[in-house]
Amino acid sequence: MEFNRPDTLYDVRTHYCPGCGHGIIHRLVAEVIDELGVREKTIGTAPVGCAVLLYDYFNCDIIECAHGRPPAVATGIKRTLPDRIVFTYQGDGDLAAIGTNETIHAANRGENITVIFINNAIYGMTGGQMAPTTLMGQKATTAQTGRGNNQEGPPLKVCELLSSLDGVTYLERVAVSSPKDVTRAKKSIKKAFEYQIAGKGFSLVEVLSMCPTAWRQTPLQAVSFVNDRMKEVFPLGVFKDLTSESAGPAEMKDRDEK
Amino acid sequence: MSKKLKKVLLKGNEIMAEAAIQAGCRFFAGYPITPQNEVPEYMSARMPEVGGTFIQAESELAAINMLFGASAAGARCMTSSSSPGISLKQEGISYIVAGELGCVIANVQRGGPGLGNIRASQADYFQAVKGGGHGDYRLIVLAPATLPELYELTMNAFDYADYYRNPVMILSDGILGQMAEPVELKPYAPILELPEKDYVLDGCAGREPRVLKTLHLFPVMDLMEHNIHLRAKYARISSELKLVEQIRTDDAELVIAAYGITARVAKGSVSLARAKGMKVGLIRPITLWPFPDGAFCELASSAEKFLVVEMSNGQFIEDVKLATECKKPVEFLGTGGGWYPTAENIFEKIQAVYGEKPSPSFARVQARGRL
Repeated sequence: MEFNRPDTLYDVRTHYCPGCGHGIIHRLVAEVIDELGVREKTIGTAPVGCAVLLYDYFNCDIIECAHGRPPAVATGIKRTLPDRIVFTYQGDGDLAAIGTNETIHAANRGENITVIFINNAIYGMTGGQMAPTTLMGQKATTAQTGRGNNQEGPPLKVCELLSSLDGVTYLERVAVSSPKDVTRAKKSIKKAFEYQIAGKGFSLVEVLSMCPTAWRQTPLQAVSFVNDRMKEVFPLGVFKDLTSESAGPAEMKDRDEK
Repeated sequence: MSKKLKKVLLKGNEIMAEAAIQAGCRFFAGYPITPQNEVPEYMSARMPEVGGTFIQAESELAAINMLFGASAAGARCMTSSSSPGISLKQEGISYIVAGELGCVIANVQRGGPGLGNIRASQADYFQAVKGGGHGDYRLIVLAPATLPELYELTMNAFDYADYYRNPVMILSDGILGQMAEPVELKPYAPILELPEKDYVLDGCAGREPRVLKTLHLFPVMDLMEHNIHLRAKYARISSELKLVEQIRTDDAELVIAAYGITARVAKGSVSLARAKGMKVGLIRPITLWPFPDGAFCELASSAEKFLVVEMSNGQFIEDVKLATECKKPVEFLGTGGGWYPTAENIFEKIQAVYGEKPSPSFARVQARGRL
């Protein structure tokens, strides 16, 4: 088997730092779009944050949105062109801080879109400020002694939060911090796109990802941080799958066992 | 013999929504706020009938961003709100301008600042005509004074939006929105030859992918060039789209300047003044941006004095002074806080300022000839 660049990715060098997870996740999304044969009917949204420049990497139509608004923008596109494939690609600040409202309501309306949510527990683009998903005790430039010392509250758990909404179809948390995790992440992303193609409603895949630069770690330390620290706070698993018989409490149990 | 058109009696907010439907608007997103609620209510019932989309958004911010998406996908789209909600929309408006997309935004103005009240107001003039959100931009701003005009201008707004690829604001107010008067349902016909939408994001089948971005980081001159392009567009709009109505200004010594519902009230005071033999006229901008400065400038030569009437503490008056280049005194009657002047109020002011000599200080400044 040849290892080629997916058609949905341009053959260009990205601006991402060494050890960053965005490159892996971009590739997974692009592979899925290729495999489903929907590149020419896909419209992606770029967020504000490190992935703002994804329009330079994805070989499909892209709209670049205001911070936190991709679910609203995607709603406008999808409702206008219901037979196209619309995805958002958002970081934790974008999706779970400034855009929490747009996220919750697009999810609850059951908008037939696919949300790829990158959780790296930090604001990368702006230089390492505290994110809504920053772990307790984790240091950030705006929480210099660690989260928890200035009434920041605990990290926001997006999949857990959205799993209470009846309008949501599919929620899964995955990671890209090991080969096994990457394989699982790809399956999950593919399912989220397949559900959209089948008109099944709102899907969100949360991807735990590395940010060695803003974490002030080496790429290897960053991988360990995801595996040892983040997965503890953000357990992997399917939080909701309306189309699966195993959805609901059983899935939650399965997740807990991991 | 032309067929007699159907006349309907609807509220201003409803007739505006119907005009949008007639003009092919097929996407509406809005959020409840008084006094504009009839717009989303009407749209929620009407959109499904024509196969369009109505969304009650979670916020005005979400609504305007839904328009950003819908417009990028090629839809004729609209949102409406009232003053505090329009403030929330400013973020999205700036992005829509930056992306050079068209859409129609209606502001059924109410009193401010803050939550203010729910009475009619013209207090959002600056916000509407000077940009409103961040960055350097303009909206095309239309100010109807009657419901037939509201109906027609709303249809035209969609053409301007598509033709110039810029958001258009309909600057209504609580009175226009809530009053009812008979309107002929003229069928929509484009007033401009509309260009093909070759920028739409609908999937790249058979073409290169399109990117609609509002970030211009590289090369470093990119954003400046984009601004030069926008400035040229605004210059073009300015040269092509200045609409104004003048009533009895030919021989007027005193010219009342007013727009929207206030101009309609002022028409009554012109009649009262004329009945007393006073040479009073009215100039009413229909486009607030681009501002019809040429018409004002001409009147600054023929008339002796201006009287600006507006439902705010003095915003529109600044553009009148700029357009008349301060050649003649400009008197002011403003009612802020959600209050409106009556024809009698304006007539009283006319009596007070008509024929009155300019103040010595104005005469001194004028004598220096540096204005």
